[in-house]
Amino acid sequence: MKEEVVIGLEVHIQFMTKAKIFCQCSTDYLGKGPNTNVCPICLGLPGSLPVLNKKVLEYALRTALALNCEINQVSRFHRKNYFYPDLPKAYQISQYDWPLGFRGHLEISIPPSGVRRRIGITRVHIEEDAGKLIHEGDIASSTYSLVDYNRSGIPLAEIVTEPELRSPEEARIFLMQLRSIVQHLEVCDGNMEEGSLRCDANISIRDSQTGVLGTKTEIKNMNSFRAVKKALEFEVERQKKLLAKGIKIVQETRHWDESKNITVSMRGKEEAQDYRYFPEPDLLPLKISPEMIEKIRRTLPELPESRKERFIKVYNLPEDDAEVLISNKALGDYFEKASAFYADKKILINWVRGELLYNLKEKKIEVEQSPISPEKLVGLLKLIDEGVISGKIAKTVFEKMFESGKEAREIVQEDKITQITDQNELIKIVDRVIEENPQSVEDFNQGKEKALHYLVGQVMRYTQGRAKPDFVSQAIKERIKN
Amino acid sequence: MTLHQLSASEVVNLVKEKKVSVSEIIQDLYDRIAKVDPLVKAFLILNQEEALKQAKEIDTKVKKEEELPPLAGLAIAVKDIIATKGIETTCGSRMLKGFYPPYNATVIDKLKEAGAIIIGKTNLDEFAMGSSTENSAFGPTYNPWDLERVPGGSSGGSAAAVAADEAFIALGTDTGGSIRQPASFCGVVGLKPTYGRVSRYGLIAYASSLDQIGPITKNVSDSALLMRIISGPDNRDSTSVDLPVPDYLKSCQEEIKNIKIGVPREYFVEGMNFEVKDVVYQALKLLEELGAKIEEVSLPHTEYSLPTFYLIATAEASSNLARYDGIQYGYRTENYKDLSSMYQRTRSEGFGPEVKRRIMLGTYALSSGYYDAYYLKAQKVRTLIKEDFTRVFSKYDILVTPTSPTPAFKLKEKMADPLTMYLSDIYTIPVNLAGLPALSLNCGYSKGGLPIGLQLIGKPFEEETILRVAFNYEQNNKVEKRKPLQNLSPQKMVG
Ligand SMILES: [Zn+2]
Repeated sequence: MKEEVVIGLEVHIQFMTKAKIFCQCSTDYLGKGPNTNVCPICLGLPGSLPVLNKKVLEYALRTALALNCEINQVSRFHRKNYFYPDLPKAYQISQYDWPLGFRGHLEISIPPSGVRRRIGITRVHIEEDAGKLIHEGDIASSTYSLVDYNRSGIPLAEIVTEPELRSPEEARIFLMQLRSIVQHLEVCDGNMEEGSLRCDANISIRDSQTGVLGTKTEIKNMNSFRAVKKALEFEVERQKKLLAKGIKIVQETRHWDESKNITVSMRGKEEAQDYRYFPEPDLLPLKISPEMIEKIRRTLPELPESRKERFIKVYNLPEDDAEVLISNKALGDYFEKASAFYADKKILINWVRGELLYNLKEKKIEVEQSPISPEKLVGLLKLIDEGVISGKIAKTVFEKMFESGKEAREIVQEDKITQITDQNELIKIVDRVIEENPQSVEDFNQGKEKALHYLVGQVMRYTQGRAKPDFVSQAIKERIKN
Repeated sequence: MTLHQLSASEVVNLVKEKKVSVSEIIQDLYDRIAKVDPLVKAFLILNQEEALKQAKEIDTKVKKEEELPPLAGLAIAVKDIIATKGIETTCGSRMLKGFYPPYNATVIDKLKEAGAIIIGKTNLDEFAMGSSTENSAFGPTYNPWDLERVPGGSSGGSAAAVAADEAFIALGTDTGGSIRQPASFCGVVGLKPTYGRVSRYGLIAYASSLDQIGPITKNVSDSALLMRIISGPDNRDSTSVDLPVPDYLKSCQEEIKNIKIGVPREYFVEGMNFEVKDVVYQALKLLEELGAKIEEVSLPHTEYSLPTFYLIATAEASSNLARYDGIQYGYRTENYKDLSSMYQRTRSEGFGPEVKRRIMLGTYALSSGYYDAYYLKAQKVRTLIKEDFTRVFSKYDILVTPTSPTPAFKLKEKMADPLTMYLSDIYTIPVNLAGLPALSLNCGYSKGGLPIGLQLIGKPFEEETILRVAFNYEQNNKVEKRKPLQNLSPQKMVG
C-alpha cells in the first residue's frame, strides 16, 4: 500500500495579558513561590465567580483574525468537567460549540523550495490554564503530589488545525510559522521550553490509493520544535511498522519520552472521558460586534509574511536572510533597530546571523535578553569602520561584550586594543621584524608573496593584532626596498 | 416591647436617635438566642465576640456624634452558604466543616459598609438542597410556631431566626423557593430578587443560573430597606445587571389602585389544601378592596416546572459541587490508597444523601448520549415557561399565588419520599426558572395556628411593584399579628 502521513495539531498558546483570564492576578508566574500568585477566583474557592478579562478577548480576536478565521458574533463559554488535582474547580472554563474563531487557514512556505501549503485552521477558542503538579522524582515513584496553582487561570488560546499536515517536518514548520505570527501579534512569547506554546498532535497513516484513514494516536509532551519533529517521525515509523506486520493500531494517547527518543502509551486502560460539557452559567455569551472585529482587523500589526516582503524590498536582503529574520519576531525587531543606525545591511545581517545568533544559541539566551543590544552591536561595527579595530579583533570584542554587556568602546579602551595609529611606533616594530627574519626578507625579494604574509603576521603578533594590516604590509614593502 | 422584638427600621431609628446603645441591642439579642435557640436551632455559628466589638465601635461613633451609615447597629443573621471572611462557612455540610473563607461575599461587604453586624450563620439544607432544613449535616432547625414541624427550607435557619426574634433581619438564598417557602412556613417576609439584581459573588453555588440572595424580614418595609443596600451591579459577578437601584421604601408608600393582578389558574388545583386556598382568597379580596383589578390568567407550561427545574438545577450542581474533592480545603477522608479512592471516599463521606442524589441526577442529565434528551430539552422548556410569564406580564402588573401548597409539615413527614418533598416548591420553582422577583408574606393562619404565605410575583427588575403591593396589603390586613415563642416557661427552655 502507498502510505501517506496525516497530522493535525492542537496548539495552546498562553496570552501575555497582564492579568489572568478571570481574575486580577498577574500572569507573571514563572519563578514565583508556589501558590503565591493566586486569589479566591483562580483557586476556585466556593462562592468565587469568573469575570472575563477583556484583553483576553482582544488577543484572541487578533489571533483568530491573523489566522484568517471567521468570527462567531456570539460565542460562549462551556464547562469541561473532570477531576484532577491541578484543576481547582474540577472543571475548566473553555469553549465548545460556539468557539470564537473557526474555518481559518495559515499558508506556510516550505524551505528551501519555498513551496506554499495552505493548512486549514478548524477553530480558535479561549480557555483557562490549570495549575501544576509537582513531584519528588517522577510521578510514578513519588509517594505524594504537591499542587502549585500559580498557573491556574492563565489565559490560553487553543488553535486546532485540520489534519492537513503531510510530514513531521511540515508540522514543525507550521508550528514555527505559527509561533512567529503570535509573536508578531504580540499576544504570546512562543516559548516552548517554558510552556507558553504547547503542542499536541494527532497522527495517522492513510492508504493514498483507497483513501482509507488509519487509526490515529495523540502525541503529547513535545516540549520543543525539534521534539515535535522527532516524536512525529518516531510515531510515523512505529505506525508503519505495525501496519506492515498487520497489527492494528490502538487509538490512544502517547507520551514523547525525550530521554529515550520514543513515544510511550500514557494510559493503561483507555477510558473514554465524558467531559459533560454544558454552557457556563457564570458568564454571559460573548457578543462580538462587526465593528469590533473590523477595528481589530484594521489594527493588526504587520505579520511575518509581509514583513519578509518588506525586508527584501526595503533592506535589499536575500530571501533566505529575510526568512531567518522573520522566523522570530524579536530577531526581526533587533535587526530593524540596528538598521536604523547602520547603513550597510549586508554587514549587519552577517553579524546578526553569525556572531549574535551563534552566541545566543550557545548560551541559550532569547533575543530579547541579548546582552548586546542593537545599539551596542552598531557601536562595535562603527569601530571597525572607523579603523579603530580590525574585523578579526571585533569578534573577540563581541564575545567580551556578550559576557559583560559593556559597550564595544569601553572594552577596547580597557583592554587597550585600539589599533596602533602611531606610525613611528609601528615602523619600529616593522624594522624589528625585518631584522629578525632575514630569510623571509630574502624570499620576498625573490618574489615570494607568501613571505610578505608571514612578515605581516609577525607584526600582528607583536602588536597583538592592533595594527592595521594594509598599513603594515605597505610599510614592510617600503622598508625592504629602502 | 423588648429590644429583640423590634423590626429592623425601628432598631436603626432608635440607634440614630440615641435612645438605645447598639451594645444593649446586640446583648439582648444574644440573650434571646441563648433562651430560644436551644429549641429552634436556627444558628450554626454565633459571631458574638466580634459582634459585640463592632457594637461598641458604633456606640463610640454615636457618642462622638459621627455620621452613621444607614444600617448602623442592625444585627443580621446570614445563611451559612454566603461567604463571610474569617467566619466559618459550612453550607450545612460536613464537607465544609472548618472552612473559613478568606473573603466576604459582595452582599456582606455592602452590609458591613452600611453598618450592619453579623450575629451568626444560620442553618440550612446541605448546600441549599432541600425544603425543610432537615438535610443539614448538623441537625434540623425547628419551626418556632410548632417545634414538631419544619421551618421550611433551605433557608430554614434564617426564617426561623427572624420569626423567633433571634435576628431583626436575615439573608437567605433562593434557588427554587428557598427564601419564600420558609418565610411562608415561619410567617415572615421573604423576597427573592430578580436574577441579576443582587450579586452572587460569595454565594456558594448550588445552581448558578437560578441562585439569588435575598432578605428575610419581619415586615415588608424592612425588606425594602435591605434591598436598597444589597442590590446593584457588581463587577465581580458577570451576571449581575447594571440597572439603578430604586428607593424601595419610597415606592412602598404609593397606593395600589388599578394595579392589575393576575391569578394563575394552574396554581389552584383540585385537591389543594383548603386552608391555604381560603386564606389566599381572603387576601385577594383585600387586595381587590384596595383597588386592585384581579383576573384569572393561565401559565400553561406550569406542570413542566418541577422536572425542568430538577434537571437544570442538578446539572449545574453536579458541576458546582465537583470542586469539593478533598484536595485544597474542606473534608478529606482518612483512608485512601490513591487519588481515585481519595476522591471517592472523600465525596462519599463528606456529602449527605440528598446532595449525592442531586449530583448523580445532574451528572446523568449531562452525560453524553443523554444531554439532548434531558439538559437541552429542559433548557427549551425553561424558555417556554419564561414565555408564559412574559405573555401574562404584558397585561398584568403582578401575579398572586400561594407560596406553598401546605403550611409547615412535620419533621420526617416527607424525608422518606423525595418527590413529595420536591412538590412543596411547586409554586416557587417557576419563578426561578423565569428569573423573576417574588415575595412571600404572611396572609393568615391555619386552624392549627400555622402561618400561611402569599406569593407576589413581579416583572423582571420590578421589585418595587411587589414591595408596594405587599406593603399596602400588610398595612391594611386586619388579621391580628401573632408572634411565636413569646412566653417561654423555664421548663420548656431546657432543650
Ligand atoms: Zn487569581
